[in-house]
Amino acid sequence: MFGYILRRLVSGILVLVTVSAATFALFFYGPSDPALAYCPETRCTPERLAAISDQLGLDRPVVEQYGDYMKGIVAGDDFQAGAISIACDAPCLGVSFKLRLNVTDYLWGRFPATLSLAIGGAAIFLALGLTLGVSAARRRGTFSDKAIVSSSLVINAVPYYLLALLAYLYLISEWSIFPASGYYSPFSAGPYAWVKGMLLAWIMLGLVYSTQYARFSRGSMIESLNEDYVRTARAKGLSERRVTLKHALRAAIVPVVTIFGLDFALLLAGTIFTERIFSIQGIGLTALDAIGTKDLPIISATVILGATFIVVANILVDVVYSLVDPRVRL
Amino acid sequence: MTESDFLTSAPPASAQQGADAAPYLVVEDLTVRFPTADGVVQAVTGLNYTLKQGKTLGIVGESGSGKSVSSMAIMGLHDPKRTDMSGSIRVGGREVIGLSNNQMQTLRGGEVAMIFQDPLTSLHPFYSIGDQIAEAYRAHNKVSKAQAKAKAVDMLDRVGIPQARNRVDDYPHQFSGGMRQRAMIAMSLSNDPKLLIADEPTTALDVTVQAQILDLLQELQRDFDSAIIIITHDLGVVAEMADEVLVMYAGRGVEHGPTRELLTHPEMPYTWGLLSSVPDVTASTESRLLPIPGNPPSLLNPPTGCPYHPRCAHRDKVPGDLCRTELPELIPGRRGPAHLKRCHLANPDMIYETEVLPEIAPDLVELVTEESLEDTSDPRHPGSPENADQIDTPQRRAPDPDGEVK
Ligand SMILES: Nc1ncnc2c1ncn2[C@@H]1O[C@H](COP(=O)(O)OP(=O)(O)O)[C@@H](O)[C@H]1O
Ligand code: SF4
Ligand SMILES: [Mg+2]
Repeated sequence: MFGYILRRLVSGILVLVTVSAATFALFFYGPSDPALAYCPETRCTPERLAAISDQLGLDRPVVEQYGDYMKGIVAGDDFQAGAISIACDAPCLGVSFKLRLNVTDYLWGRFPATLSLAIGGAAIFLALGLTLGVSAARRRGTFSDKAIVSSSLVINAVPYYLLALLAYLYLISEWSIFPASGYYSPFSAGPYAWVKGMLLAWIMLGLVYSTQYARFSRGSMIESLNEDYVRTARAKGLSERRVTLKHALRAAIVPVVTIFGLDFALLLAGTIFTERIFSIQGIGLTALDAIGTKDLPIISATVILGATFIVVANILVDVVYSLVDPRVRL
Repeated sequence: MTESDFLTSAPPASAQQGADAAPYLVVEDLTVRFPTADGVVQAVTGLNYTLKQGKTLGIVGESGSGKSVSSMAIMGLHDPKRTDMSGSIRVGGREVIGLSNNQMQTLRGGEVAMIFQDPLTSLHPFYSIGDQIAEAYRAHNKVSKAQAKAKAVDMLDRVGIPQARNRVDDYPHQFSGGMRQRAMIAMSLSNDPKLLIADEPTTALDVTVQAQILDLLQELQRDFDSAIIIITHDLGVVAEMADEVLVMYAGRGVEHGPTRELLTHPEMPYTWGLLSSVPDVTASTESRLLPIPGNPPSLLNPPTGCPYHPRCAHRDKVPGDLCRTELPELIPGRRGPAHLKRCHLANPDMIYETEVLPEIAPDLVELVTEESLEDTSDPRHPGSPENADQIDTPQRRAPDPDGEVK
C-alpha cells in the first residue's frame, strides 16, 4: 500500500510537471505577445514593450523562466521588481504580473470561498442524488422512478450557466429572495452569514450535479439489487431496509465514490460559471480574470492547483476503494 | 456414496417414522407468472407436490424449466409488484402466498433456508464470512454480536471448515469454491431450518467437491431432520440424495415419483431424454451420450398440447394429433399411484425397454426387461425397491446436460 502510494505520487508529480510545462508553452508560443497586455494600447512603443518584457522577465529564454518557476515551487524565491521586493517562500508560485502579489498567498486567500462552495454543493448533490437514485432504483419502472429519471434529464438538458443565470436574475435581482451576490463571508465570521452568502450557489450547483448522481446511483443500485448476494440477504430474513442499505447500497456506492472523488477535485479547482455568475471570489473567478489579463503566474498556479487536486483525488479514490472492497489490494 | 450404494443402502431412519405424519410443505396448483415488456412469462404452471420432515425431494429439469422460480416462491423471494402468483404454498400448515414482506421475514432464513448455485456471487464480497453468518443468526435470535460470532465459528466448524476460529474473519474471496459453499450451508443452517432448499448447490463446483458437499448435506439432514428440496439438472445427484423426484419441463411437473421407481422405470419421453444425456463414465463404451435435440420452449408462448411435443421423438406413437392439441394430465400410469407422468403414451414401459434403453445403456436391457416381467406378474408391488436393487442405472454426477456450468 505504501509503495503503491509512493509510485502514484511520483507519477502524479510527472503529470504536474508536464501540465505546467504545457501551460508555459501555450503562453509563450501562443498567438499574442504576453507583454502586450501590459502595454497601453495607444502609447505602446517598441521600447516600452521591451521595457515591460524586461521588467516581467519575459525576455529571458522560456526554458530558463520555467526552470526558475520550478525552483521557486520547490525552494522558494525572492522577487525584485523595481524598488519593491516580494518574499515568496516555497511553494512559490511566482508573483502576479498585474497585482504584484505573491501568487501563493493570493490563491490561499481565494481558496476558502471555493472550498465552501464545493463542500456545500457536494453535500447537497450527494444527499439529493443518492436519495433520488436509490429510491428510483427500488421503485424501478413505476411512475416515481420515471418522474425522477425524466426530470433529471430535463434539468440536465438546460445549460448550467443558463439555469444559474436565471436563478440569479429572478431569485436575486428581481424578487430579492436571496441576498445580493458577491458576498462571501468566511465560516470563521459566523456560520449564518456564511450559509446566507453561499446558499443559492450551493442550491444551483447541488441541483444540477444531483441529476447526474441520481441517474448514476440509480443504475448502480439497480445492478446491485439484482446481485445474488442481495437475494441471499433477503433469504436470510433481513428487513427490506437492511437489505437495501447494508447490502445493496454498500456495493452500489463504490462506483459513485469514484466519480465523486474526481468531481470534488474539479470543484476545488474552481467552478468558473458559478463563481462568475454569483460573483464569488474563488479560484475559478481568479483564473478567469487572470486569463483576461494574461497574468501567467496566476494562470499557471490555478492550472497546477487544479491538476494537483485531480492527481490527489485519483490516489485517494484508489485508497478508499481498497478500504471498501476487501478484494482490492494496493 | 457410490452408485451401487444408493441402490443397496437402507432407507434413512426417518423414512419410517415420517410415513404418516402430515407433510411439512404442501405446494398446490402453484402458478407463477411474470408480466414483462415482451409478454407474460409463464414460469411455473399448476405445480403440485408435498414434502415431509426428514425427506428429500429432487427437482430436475433443463435450465429455464421453472425449478428456481417455483422454489423461490416458497420463500416469497419474488417481488410481488412484478409477479402474479396463484395457488397455495403451505409451510408447516401456514399459507405463505399473500404474506406481507414483514410476515415473510420470520420464515425466511428461519424455518425455511436456501442455498444458491454460485456461492461466490451469493456471498457479499465486502463482508467477512463470519459477519454474514452472524447476521443470519441475529436476524432470528436476540443475541449479542459476540454470541452470534461464536455461533458462526460453531457452524463453520460443523460444516467442516478447518480452523474455523481463524477463518471466521476471512472474506469470501479468501475461501475456495467448496469452502464457500460450506459457508453458505453453515449460514443457512444456523437457525435450524425445517426446510432447506438447495438450488443447484454443486453445479458451480468440481466433481470431488460436489461429492463432499452432498455428503455434508445428507449428514446435516440426519442431524437436523430437515426436509430438503434439492434442485439440479444432474440425475446422479438425485439418485444419491432424493427420496422422491419431480421432473419439470416448461414450468410444469411432467413426471413425479419415488426416486428408484422413477429412475428405473421412467415413463415420460422427456425423462428418457434427461437419462440419455447423462454421461455414464463407468458403463460400457457401447452406451452413448445423447443430448436432447432442440431447445426448451419459450415460456412467453409455450407450445400447445404437451409442452414437450416439438422435441418428442415418440409423439407419432400417440393416435390422432393429441400431443399437439391436448395437454396430458399429470396422473398415475400403470406403475401404481405413487408414480405420476404427464404423457399420452399408452405403453411407455415397452417403448423405454425396446427403443430407449438399448440406445443409452445396452447392457441394462436384459435386467430391466426381466424385472418388468416380474412386475407385471406381480401387480401388487409395482416397481418395488427390492427389484430395483439389482439393476444399474445410467446416472452419475457429471457435467450438466445443458451446459449451465459456470
Ligand atoms: N423475474 C423474472 N422475470 C421474468 N422472467 C423470469 C424471472 N425469473 C425467471 N424468469 C424466467 O422464468 C423461467 C424459469 O426460470 P427458472 O426457474 O430460473 O429456471 P430453472 O429451472 O433453470 O431454475 C425462465 O424462462 C426465466 O427466464
Ligand atoms: S404427450 Fe406426446 S409429445 Fe408429450 S411426451 Fe408424451 S408422447 Fe411425447
Ligand atoms: Mg435455476
